[in-house]
Amino acid sequence: MPSESMIESPLARLSPEEIEAIGAEFDAIHDEVFASLGDKDATYIRTVIALHRQLALLSRAILLGSRYRPAWLLGTSVLGIAKILENMEIGHNVLHGQWDWMADPKINSATWDWDTASPAEAWKHSHNYVHHTFTNIRGKDKDLGYEIMRIDPHQPWHPVYLLQPVYNLLLAAFFEWGVAVHDLDVEAIRAGTKDMDELRRQVRAIGHKAWRQVIKDYVAFPALSGPRGFKTTLTANFTANLIRNVWSYAIIFCGHFPDQTYTFSEEETAEETRGAFYLRQLLGAANIEGSPIFHVLSGNLGYQVEHHLFPDMPSSRYGQIAPKVKEICERHRLPYNTGRFSHQLGTVQRTILRLAFPGGRPAPKPGPYVPPSDDRVTAPLIAV
Amino acid sequence: MPEQGARVHMPRLARYVVRGLEYFTWPLELDDYLELISPLWSTTELRGRIERIHPETDDTVTVDITPGFRWRGHRAGQYLRIGFDIAGKRQWRAYSLSSDAARPDGQITITVKRTADGVVSNWLHGPQATGAIVTLGEVEGEFTLPESTPPRLLFLTAGSGITPVMAMLRGLRRAGELPDTVHLHSARTPTGAIFAAELQALAERDPRYHLELQVTGEQGRLSPADLDDRCPDWRERECYACGPGPMLDALSDHYRAAGLVDRLHVESFEHFVLGDRTGRGGQIRFIRAGTEVECDGVTPILLAGEAAGLDLPYGCRMGICHTCTGRLVEGSVRDLRTGELTHAGTEIRTCVNCPDGPVALEL
Ligand SMILES: Cc1cc2nc3c(=O)[nH]c(=O)nc-3n(C[C@H](O)[C@H](O)[C@H](O)COP(=O)(O)OP(=O)(O)OC[C@H]3O[C@@H](n4cnc5c(N)ncnc54)[C@H](O)[C@@H]3O)c2cc1C
Ligand code: FES
Repeated sequence: MPSESMIESPLARLSPEEIEAIGAEFDAIHDEVFASLGDKDATYIRTVIALHRQLALLSRAILLGSRYRPAWLLGTSVLGIAKILENMEIGHNVLHGQWDWMADPKINSATWDWDTASPAEAWKHSHNYVHHTFTNIRGKDKDLGYEIMRIDPHQPWHPVYLLQPVYNLLLAAFFEWGVAVHDLDVEAIRAGTKDMDELRRQVRAIGHKAWRQVIKDYVAFPALSGPRGFKTTLTANFTANLIRNVWSYAIIFCGHFPDQTYTFSEEETAEETRGAFYLRQLLGAANIEGSPIFHVLSGNLGYQVEHHLFPDMPSSRYGQIAPKVKEICERHRLPYNTGRFSHQLGTVQRTILRLAFPGGRPAPKPGPYVPPSDDRVTAPLIAV
Repeated sequence: MPEQGARVHMPRLARYVVRGLEYFTWPLELDDYLELISPLWSTTELRGRIERIHPETDDTVTVDITPGFRWRGHRAGQYLRIGFDIAGKRQWRAYSLSSDAARPDGQITITVKRTADGVVSNWLHGPQATGAIVTLGEVEGEFTLPESTPPRLLFLTAGSGITPVMAMLRGLRRAGELPDTVHLHSARTPTGAIFAAELQALAERDPRYHLELQVTGEQGRLSPADLDDRCPDWRERECYACGPGPMLDALSDHYRAAGLVDRLHVESFEHFVLGDRTGRGGQIRFIRAGTEVECDGVTPILLAGEAAGLDLPYGCRMGICHTCTGRLVEGSVRDLRTGELTHAGTEIRTCVNCPDGPVALEL
C-alpha cells in the first residue's frame, strides 16, 4: 500500500494568509468578468448555437446521398464536428449554468438537454456538484478514474486493472454510455446506499435518451436516405457518434489525469477555505495548448484550469483570463499545468498502461510556473 | 428558471406534425431550427419584432411591434409583459398596449415614457432597439370596457397612464361606438402631454368626446373633489382611471365614500393595490425545500418564504408574470389584491397570495 503523501503539494508551504490573499485575487478576476458580461457574450453563444444547427442540417442533407463515398466522408465529418460542438462548447457549458445570466429560458441550465446518453439532471449532479466540488480528492471525486480505472498510484491495485488498457479503448469509443452509467453512481449501487426509486427514475431517463438517439440516428435519418442509402447513413451516423465520443474522451481525460496534476487526501482538504479551494482546482487541473478553433471544439476545456476555478463563467472568457491566472501563478510560485495535446494525452495513456500493474509512483511535478519570454500579460481583460 | 414568453397555441394537427418532426431534431425542438429562418416562427414562445420607434414627446416614444405568427390579439386596455434582450440579458417589463385590437397591419404598439436610470425605457429611446426581437408574454389585465359599451364614460388619466385609455379610444372610434365621453387628462407641461395632438383632433371632430387637459405644472394636481366641478355627472358615468398610485388611492377612497366602487376601474403601473384584503394566515409547508414557515394574514407567501431564507423564484413580484408559481397541494390561499380564494390542486402565484389556514406548496 503506497504511503499517503507521495509528493508534497505546493499548498503545504503557503501560510493561511497567503492562501486567502490568492483567493481574493481569483475572486477579483471572477467579479471583473461577470461585471462586464454583455451583448458580445450573448452574441457569441447564440452564434455558436446557430452554427451547430446549420452544420447539423448541412450534414444531414449531405448524408441523404451517403451511398456515394465522397458524400459519406464529407457528411460524416461535418456531422461529427456538429455533434462535438453540441456536446462540448454548447451542452457542457450551458449545463454548467455559464449562460444562465442571460435569463433566456432556451439557453439555460434548467431547461437544456444534450445529444448524449446522459440525462441532464443526473449529469449536473455527478459532474457539476460531485466532481467540481470534490475535484481530485481521492475517495470523493468519482471522476478520478471513473470508478473503473486506476489512474492514481494511491488507488490500491486489483487484478481487474490488468484489463484496464482494453476497456480504456472501449470507453473512448462509447464514452457517452460510460458517462451515463457513471452518473448513476455505481459505487453507491454496489454499496446498497443508492435510493432505489431514484435509480429506477434515472435508468428510465437513460433508456428514454437511448431510445430517442437510436430512433434518430439509426432509424429516422437512415430511412430518409431511402432503401439504398439506409445502411450507409446508419454507418455514417454511427461513425459521427464515435468521432464525438473519442474526441470528448480525449479532451476530458486530459483535464485531470496528465502527469502534472496533483491529487489530494480527504484529510488535507477537511477544513478547506475558499482560497484553498481555488488552489486545489489550480493544482488538480491541466490545460491543453491549442489554436482558437481547437479551443472552441474542445468546449474551451483546453482551459481546464480556468474552467475549474470558475465553472460558471462563460467559456469564451477563459482564454482572456488565462494570462491573469498565469501571472498569479508566477508571482506566488505556483504551477500552471499546461502542455501540447499530444503530450498531455501521451502522459495519460502512459499512466493508464503503467497503473494497470501493481505499484507506481506519482510523476514528478513541473514546479512553479515560469513564463516563456514571449508570453507577457498583454491582453486587456474586458475586451472580447 | 427565468421568465418565459407566452405559449403559442397550435392547432392539433400541427402539433402532431411538429411532434413527428422532433424525432429528427431531438433533443432540440423543431423551433430551434425554424428560428434559423425567422425568430417570429417560434411555436413554443411568442416573439415579436420591433419595426419602428417614433417619438411622441421629448421623453416618450411609441414602439411598433409585429407579433409572431398566431398572435391571439388583445382587448383595448390590457397589458403585455415583454422580454427585451439588453446587454445580453433578458429584462421583462409590463406595458399597456396603446394600439386597439383591430389594426389592419396586425401590429401592436406600446408607448413608453423614459424613467430616470430605467434599463428598458432608456434602451427603447436609443438606436439599438429598432429591429430587435423581443419575447412576448401573456396578454393580461381586467382594465377593459365591457362587451356593450356603457352609455356614458369618464376617463381619468395622468402622464403615461394615458396608454391603455388611448387604446380604448382608438378602438371605440374604429368601431364607431364612441359614447358620450368626458376625459380629464393631466400632464406636467402642455407639450409633455402624450398623444395631445390626436386627442385634440378627436375632440374637435367628435362632439361626443369632451377633453380637458390639466397642466399640473401650472394648475396643480386634480383632486377627486374637483370632479363635481369638472364633470358634474361623474356619478352616472363608468369611470376608467390610470395614473400614479396616490391619484388612484385618492380616487378609490372618493368612490368608496360615495358608495360607487363598482363604477370605478383602475390600472396601476406601479405596484399591486393591496386593498384591505387579508387572508387568515397560517403555516406554509414548502415541500421541495423541506421548510415550514408561519405566515400572517397580510404577507404574501413569497415574502414569508424569503424571510425564512428560501431562494424562491420570482419576477415582477406583483402578480403578473407567473414566474413565482408553485403548485398548491394542500389548503387554500387568498389573493391579496382581489380577495379571491383558491383551493388546493392548481398553480398559485406566491407573490400575491397569502395562506388561508395551513397550506402545502410544491416549491
Ligand atoms: C400593468 C403595467 C402597465 C404599464 N404600462 C406602461 C406604459 O404603458 N408605459 C410606460 O411607460 N410604462 C408602463 N409601465 C411601467 C413599465 O413596466 C416599467 O416599469 C417602466 O417602463 C420602467 O422600466 P425601466 O426598465 O425603464 O426602469 P427600471 O430599470 O425598472 O427602473 C425604474 C426606476 O426604478 C429605479 N430602480 C431600479 N431598480 C431599483 C432598485 N432595486 N431599488 C430602487 N430603485 C430601483 C431606477 O433607478 C429607475 O428610476 C407599466 C407597468 C405595469 C405594471
Ligand atoms: S413574481 Fe411575477 S407573478 Fe409573482
